[in-house]
Parts: sequence; structure tokens; C-alpha cells
Amino acid sequence: MSDVVLETRGLVKHFKQVRAVDGVDVHLRRGETLGVVGESGCGKSTLAKLLVGLEKPTSGSVMVRGQDMTRLKGGDLRRARRNIQMVMQDPYTSLNPRMTVGDIIGEPFEIHPDVVAKGKRQQAVQDLLDTVGLNPDHVNRYPHQFSGGQRQRIGIARALALRPEIIVCDEPVSALDVSIQAQVINLLERLQDDFGLSYIFIAHDLSVVRHISDRVAVMYLGKIVEQGHDVAIYDQPTHPYTQALLSAVPVPDPRLRGHRNQIVLEGDVPSPADPPSGCRFRTRCWKAQHVCAEQEPVLQIRERSPHPSACHFAEIRRIH
Amino acid sequence: MTDIKAQIDVLPGTDPRAPLLQVNDLHVEFRTRDGVAKAVNGASFWLNPGETLAILGESGCGKSVTASAIMGILETPPGRITKGEIRYRGVDLLKLRGAERRRVRANKIAMIFQDALSALNPVYTVGFQLAELFRVHRGMSRADAKNRAVDLLDQVRIPAARSRVDDYPHQFSGGMRQRVMIAMALALDPEVLIADEPTTALDVTVQAQIMGLLAELQRQRNMGLILITHDMGVVADVADRISVMYAGRVIEEAPVHDVYARPGHPYTRALLESIPRLDLKGQQLNVIRGLPPALTDIPQGCAFNPRCRYAKDPCRQDPPPPAYAIAPRRTARCHFFREVLGE
Repeated sequence: MSDVVLETRGLVKHFKQVRAVDGVDVHLRRGETLGVVGESGCGKSTLAKLLVGLEKPTSGSVMVRGQDMTRLKGGDLRRARRNIQMVMQDPYTSLNPRMTVGDIIGEPFEIHPDVVAKGKRQQAVQDLLDTVGLNPDHVNRYPHQFSGGQRQRIGIARALALRPEIIVCDEPVSALDVSIQAQVINLLERLQDDFGLSYIFIAHDLSVVRHISDRVAVMYLGKIVEQGHDVAIYDQPTHPYTQALLSAVPVPDPRLRGHRNQIVLEGDVPSPADPPSGCRFRTRCWKAQHVCAEQEPVLQIRERSPHPSACHFAEIRRIH
Repeated sequence: MTDIKAQIDVLPGTDPRAPLLQVNDLHVEFRTRDGVAKAVNGASFWLNPGETLAILGESGCGKSVTASAIMGILETPPGRITKGEIRYRGVDLLKLRGAERRRVRANKIAMIFQDALSALNPVYTVGFQLAELFRVHRGMSRADAKNRAVDLLDQVRIPAARSRVDDYPHQFSGGMRQRVMIAMALALDPEVLIADEPTTALDVTVQAQIMGLLAELQRQRNMGLILITHDMGVVADVADRISVMYAGRVIEEAPVHDVYARPGHPYTRALLESIPRLDLKGQQLNVIRGLPPALTDIPQGCAFNPRCRYAKDPCRQDPPPPAYAIAPRRTARCHFFREVLGE
């Protein structure tokens, strides 16, 4: 598949005992959005950092356009990194408060001087501000002079500066109010069309992920438990965890109250330092049998799951 | 124990027919470097026993400040209640003497917060913090108080409560900590429970557990619940009535079904339309243009007018729109509510 721009193979990241990411295979095609959902501690943010090279994997590879990022060094690594950029969650802490917006957005040009000639950088920064819907005249302002939504636009402009093909968005709208969220999501979608970007979109808000994603991967304790097209995951989930997750999301329609078939899970997510044997979800799963403790279910297409699912008893269950 | 409860029940001005809690025309200001921030500008709502009222709004709309004012935990200064009433069974708490007011609040009104980790004291065990309530307010012995603490942890379904009572807050998971907070709030059998974004910091599967627990405890105790949230999904799931706040005012007040079916204020309508919906996939989301106003500089007339697609001249002039009775048990502060309702 020549249009695959990003692919991970057996990606693993352990922090001492903690198995944050424990064998993840994903791929991303050009112009596509892959949503990654999961609850806190499932490893989705560590995955984001591995993809952009902010963390070194314990094992496995991150292939960007056929090059293994984890093996590149020096200038080759620097050039390869241009192609994959990141938008962070918190627009308050991810922008340096002592730098002007112009310096923040222009900093990538300092590190990669051959992208834009020195004399044209000011103009490039102002164009970027315009692209993300901010006033180009505000180039000398500081982050605190902007609202949360505007700051997130600054973060997006910075990610666009090196004209990457891939942007990893780690919870890009979760710190924002609903009305502002919608503005930023629309912006991300417009930029994707204008620049042919591919997104990895990491979030815990399932309705936002559904809106923006072409395909979705569901993570639990460092592993992907189910993966497929958005319709497959949301309308025909086959993994019990996906089913529970979807059913737990409150629906903004009071007519459904009491008519929803809600699966309330018992207990908390186990520690990733000491995950259960076999299937990691079995300790909270209502379908668990002996085999689940003994044999780890592989993420694959199964008899009753038309898309990959890591459950011995995978079976479609409609949630809404 | 009965003594204290009895004393409160005969406070002068107690009206058995009054709502359990009633907030009238509440105004709260903060002095800041940039001038006076008008956080709450005439908020009014009421709550009956057994009922769930959702106060819905985005950051800075005044919902948490209103809750702090009711609880009496507003930082003063810089905060100041400049006007209004907070009536518990008809008695205006703002007019009571300090000791009396504290006694009503301690025994009748309780609150749980978004961030349980910072709301609990990290250097005491949860058992000590729970038992302290019984020792201070009920004069119980240490041993009795501790037993009550274990009972409470049991009631909020913390597994192995007897052994966990001696653990410190950091030893609990986020969901379990929120249960401890709920136990603490319920310790003195309050009649009003204010929950300020109780599940915002939690994962959805844990959120479902906590909301289920709150609903069950509310039913058992016939408590009035004020749920402060920005999550329209949670509201649709649990609330009986909604008060939507914007720039410190309740701009719409209605039974929950009515609001979702036919919002009566342009802001409520725009909020509901900006949620990503299944049938709108691949399309642009509806956005509310612009930003909420700075509280130091609230626009004249309707505070929402600069962002509103219905706004006309009267909306830009003081006084702000009154609370029009747009249907039985429904109000909306919009001159053009008929257009918004689609009549």
C-alpha cells in the first residue's frame, strides 16, 4: 500500500515495570484520520509521544514513509521529523509564556532553517496565523493575551509550520468549552482538506472522535482491543470493552433516559505495572471464561467480528 | 443529633410551603486588577426535595461561584455578594448570624467538588476526615465516629471499607476518591447536595458508576440535588430541570425534556447544535462565533447579543431581557424567544 504514510510494528514502551504501550500495530493512509480512544492510563498519550519521537520505544518500529524513525540519527532524523508534528492537549502549558506568538510559530524555522529562507520567515508566520483564523497583526502578542481556543489555534499553526504530512493531535479539544471545541474541530477538518493532512486523533470523547475519524482504534491497558472503520466500531462493536465504553457515554437526549441498554463496568482499570494475565480486560468483563486468563486474545478478524477484535468471544452488540 | 436538627427546623421565618432551596436575584462580584468582575448577575432558581436541577454553562458563566455562595465558601475578599437571597425552606441564609448560618449549612447543605484529590486533606486518613465530621458536629467518641465512617464508606460501595478506612486519599483511585467525597458530603444527612462537575475528571466508565450511585443515594434520601456541569449528555441522563447560565445570569430555565426538544434561548440552542452528532458526520459543526464576554466588561442588554444570530437593536440596550414566561414552568431571557422556539 503506497498511500500508507505512517505505520507502527510491534510498538512497545515500558517505563520500568509499567507497560504503557505493549505491542501496538497501526497504520495511517494519506488524507485519513485515525481516531484513538481509551481511558486514562490506556497508553494513548505515550503512543502519541512515540509516534513523534518524543519517547524512544523499548522495541518495535515507527515507519514514516517507509523510513524507520527509531533508527534514524542526526540530520536524517531531523529531516524525517518535519513530516510528523504534534498538537498538544493543554493550550495553557504547551506554549512558552515568555515567547511572542511569532517566535513560537517561527521556532520550527530556526531548527529547520532550510524550510523557509530567513528573510521570508516573518511573512510565513503571518500566513500561518491567517491560515488558522487568527489576526496576522497579533504576531507580537504573548500567549496570555489569547483565549483557550485561540491558543489551540497557535499550537496548530506551529504544527503546520514545517508543512508536515502527518499531525498527531493528543486530546486537542478536551480543555476547551463545547462552543469553542466545535470551532477547533472545524478548523482541523478544513486544514486536512486544504493540505491533504493525515491525522492521528487521540481523545477520550467518543462523539468528537466519531465526528472526525475515518477509522478508530480502541485502547485498553497498552493494547489495541478493537480497530475498524468508524461505522464498524460505533454501530457494530464486538469487543466487550468497546461496548461498555460506548454504552457509558451519556447521550444528549433525555428521551433515551431509562431506555438505554447501559453496561456499567465494575471496578477500576488494573495497574499497567501488573496487568492481568491473558486478556487484560477480563477482570472487568462479564463474558470472561477460563480461556481468557490463560490465552491472550489476538487482535484479528473473527467468526463473529468482521473487523479486528481482541476478544475470544467477540460478537456484535448494538449499543444505541 | 436530633437537637441540632430540631433547632434548625424552628428557625424564625421557616416556611413549610417554601421550596427546599431558593436563590433569588443573586449578585456576586470580584475585585480584580482589571476592575470589578461581575461573576453572577441576578441568578435565580429553586429546588424541591427529591429533585435534580442541572445548572449548565461553560467556563466563567458563574455556575461554580453561585454554588460557592450557596455553600458560604466564597473567598471574601476578593468576592462579595452584593445583592440577592439564598433561602433554605424560606429562611434567608444571608441574613442569619454567622454561627446559625454555619449550622444550617453544615447540617442541611453539602457539596462535592470536581477534584477530589485536592478537596481531601492529603495528610489525614479518609477515616479520620470522615470521623471528624461526627466528632465535631455530633459530639461522638472516636470509636463511634470511626464506625460511622466505615458505614458510610460501605454505603458508597467502597470494597473492604473496614480496611480502607485507614488509607490516605492518594491510595485511592480517582473513582474511589470521588466516592469518599460523596460519603463525606452525606455524613450529616443533608437535604441539599450540590455536585460541582462531580465526574468531569473521571473516565466515562467510572462516570457511569458515580452518577448511578448519586442517583440511588438521592432516591433513598429524597435529597434535592444541584448538578453543576457543562456536559449536556450527563444533564440529559439525570436532571429533572435545567437552568442554563451565561455571563452570570440564568438565561433559560425549563424541564429537561422541553429544553432538548425545543430550546427557548439562542444560546441554549447554539450549545445543543454544537455537539457532534451522528447525522452530521462529515459536515461542519455548528459553532457559536466569538467568545464569552469578559466579566469585567459584560455587554449592555443581553450579554449574548454579540454572538447571537437573532440579535436586533433591543437586544443591545439595557435593561437586559427579562425572564419571559415562555411556557408553563419555563422562562427564557430572550426578546425573540418565539422565533427561537420556531413558532
